[in-house]
Amino acid sequence: MTIPQISPGSWWWLDAAGLERLITVLAAAGYRVVGPQVADGAVVIRDLASARDLPTGWLDEQDGGTYRLRFDPAAGTFDHVVGPHSLKNFLFPARETIAKFTRADGMWSQEELVRAEPPLAVIGVRACDLEALRIQDRVFMGGEHVDPAYAARREKLFIVAANCRRAVATCFCHSMGCGPAATHSFDLALTEHGSGMRAESGGGPSRFACEVGSDRGAEILAALGDGLDVCTPAEVAVAQAVPQELAARMHAREAEPGKPRPRSLDTEGIRDLLFDNLEHARWDDVASRCLSCTNCTLVCPTCFCASVTEVADLSGDHVERERHWASCFTLDHAKIHGHSVRSSTASRYRQWLTHKLAGWIDQFGTSGCTGCGRCITWCPVGIDITEEVAAIRGTSDATTAPGGGP
Amino acid sequence: MTTMPPEPGKPEKPSLAVFKFASCDGCQLQLLDAQGKLLEIADRVRIDHFLEASSAVVPGPYDVGLVEGSISTAHDAERIREIRRQCRFLVTIGACATAGGIQALRNWGRIDDFLGAVYASPEYVTTLATSTAIADHVPVDFELRGCPIDTRQLVELITALVLGRKPHVPGHCVCVECKARGTVCVAVAKGIPCLGPVTQAGCGAICPAHGRECFGCYGPAEAVNLVSLTGFYEARGTPRPELTRLVRSFNGYAPAFRGESDRLEGGA
Repeated sequence: MTIPQISPGSWWWLDAAGLERLITVLAAAGYRVVGPQVADGAVVIRDLASARDLPTGWLDEQDGGTYRLRFDPAAGTFDHVVGPHSLKNFLFPARETIAKFTRADGMWSQEELVRAEPPLAVIGVRACDLEALRIQDRVFMGGEHVDPAYAARREKLFIVAANCRRAVATCFCHSMGCGPAATHSFDLALTEHGSGMRAESGGGPSRFACEVGSDRGAEILAALGDGLDVCTPAEVAVAQAVPQELAARMHAREAEPGKPRPRSLDTEGIRDLLFDNLEHARWDDVASRCLSCTNCTLVCPTCFCASVTEVADLSGDHVERERHWASCFTLDHAKIHGHSVRSSTASRYRQWLTHKLAGWIDQFGTSGCTGCGRCITWCPVGIDITEEVAAIRGTSDATTAPGGGP
Repeated sequence: MTTMPPEPGKPEKPSLAVFKFASCDGCQLQLLDAQGKLLEIADRVRIDHFLEASSAVVPGPYDVGLVEGSISTAHDAERIREIRRQCRFLVTIGACATAGGIQALRNWGRIDDFLGAVYASPEYVTTLATSTAIADHVPVDFELRGCPIDTRQLVELITALVLGRKPHVPGHCVCVECKARGTVCVAVAKGIPCLGPVTQAGCGAICPAHGRECFGCYGPAEAVNLVSLTGFYEARGTPRPELTRLVRSFNGYAPAFRGESDRLEGGA
């Protein structure tokens, strides 16, 4: 009989105390540890001091333009899905200084930027966001021109993924081929068993089947100390079945009682479908609802547009080059030589949707959408990307009106 | 934007003047609130006329005039024309100067009713029936939004004028600032009717960051679709009169907001 080794591909049990130790070990290894927690009525990603900060027992209900949390003592630690934040907020921050220049005696010199950020460890990353990470990697690090700020953070990134046991009405990762199972890009991946760590849950504390995805993940797990139990092949099969069963429910589009029907996006021939319908009446229809407010693009975990501004002090001797998030929904974004080439909302929405679902394929070889559903939830008027595509395809099975999602 | 070389016979530093019309003085205070930056500004700009800060006044003309407040009297309507003649660049600061301010609520009522309700002897009060934006009376070179304006944007404006470039004052909406600071959307997560999606950024999204709705201090953003937004809020249960009050506030008389509150009130 071989003694099991903590190595990529192996599975180990973590109990509640093990999850706590994982956070401690990551912090001791120098990581800034962030993860999901409840704040301001949502599950956001913030610095984690303890596993007690995780949103155990909290469930989110999401639909077009609405997000609500409710507490359910039977719910586990990772039974919420994705909130407004994603890895993008950390790897490609909303604002950062990318160069500094100083003028002295009429001569300009560039100051060296000191990047002193600690490496980042993120707990609870979902399959859709792992795919988004892979997409943003292509954008910022693929090809000849590598973004140094992104690459520096990405190379040190430690990911503890969480397999979803539950989907909300805005989830459609299954139809984009991105989830719900975490299959790549993680150092460790957790599959929760049981129903929450709290005494009142009644179901006993959760245990997590932890799959090792990388050598770095194996090192961290080994640093948790002795006493980790290896998962038996039968236990691994049970863990692997968890996201598979969810996927089957999502494909069947089964609604929970009293809940909206889960979404789905038909990607068959989608590139040609959209490019062949650039003058479709639906663009004006969605423009009558669209606010051009940029929320869909800013919560999108793959949208990568940025703008660069030179910020000078009053003397004009100190200039910082600042990169900040931009959005194709602002007039500035399409301003060429002082004039915006996409002055109508219809043209801006069309630009976003056709780039995300069609042009992206030409540019990067994949869709730019992972089916995370954030653009649907966080649109203040609940515009639904799946419904807009269905309308253009002529297969809409719902009506979209202000105030009512499909 | 034109660069600002000194005029012949004038000293090196450009001159700045601050003028007040119908307003609360809060926007002028934002200049005094620039703290450390105020000394830098004083190094680069000659502050010739700023009664809030000093009674010492240098007569015009001035390179830059900052105008706070709305036009609400016949005397002020005359005075702004003279100030326009005195200033190379005329910049309005704040909701009053840019959209008529909260006092423009009078534009929907009868002035005699207000005078009778507020003043013991209304016969001593001389006023116009309306409160209107500076741009309704004279050409304005730039409008700095806010109630009050944001000190950082004001310093940026002065820096741009000194360096001879266009100020970085984006026209996009408050949602951009909420998302940049990671604030959870109060409209989506709490169902609070919020004007952020139609209001110009600049404040840093202060109110949503404290769990409150944006109430439109910076006026209409570059692209506004209020019919869609209020329609959504109404369908979610916010009564129309509440929506009318939300839109008809500090910048209620700005055309994009004015049209929507009239539409809501008219029952269209």
